[in-house]
Amino acid sequence: MSDTNQRISQIVQGNDVVLFMKGTPLFPQCGFSSRAVAILDHCGVAYDSVDVLQDMEIRQGIKSFSDWPTIPQLYVKGEFVGGSDIMMEMYEAGELQALLQEKAVAKAS
Amino acid sequence: MAMPAAEIEALIKAALPDARVEIRDLAGDGDHFAAHVVSEAFVGKSRVMQHKMVYSALGGRMGGELHALQLTTAVPN
Repeated sequence: MSDTNQRISQIVQGNDVVLFMKGTPLFPQCGFSSRAVAILDHCGVAYDSVDVLQDMEIRQGIKSFSDWPTIPQLYVKGEFVGGSDIMMEMYEAGELQALLQEKAVAKAS
Repeated sequence: MAMPAAEIEALIKAALPDARVEIRDLAGDGDHFAAHVVSEAFVGKSRVMQHKMVYSALGGRMGGELHALQLTTAVPN
């Protein structure tokens, strides 16, 4: 496993909810990332984020790690959930809220 | 310029012949599209798998030449 894959794996395993995004939750740098942040904020769960714009290796590595071509990418309890579109579809269907509840992730403080 | 809507539709239909594809130009600039794809091939597939099927139809252009394609998928009702 490449060094980048190992780093990604540690991040994904080490955080209940982690969003790989462009920018930060306070300053998202892309419309899709900003929409993903808004969805997570609406769900009211605690989450970590990784700004892929600050780390080119992760920016490219995350796409092969999940076999998903775009950013943002959401992981819950180590599992890839989807990008911004899937997060929106799941949120509108109540599936994302159910998943977060089922996985018993911490609420935002 | 990213890709014309007709080309996006043609690529998707080449891989998913039964697909009904609706494409909207979100910003009127030919660079930000929303696509809604309905196909029998999605039956029984997870959302992630459905989207991956469309992305592979687009032949690796997602995230590169095609930056802003907002995608929703559905099975025929």
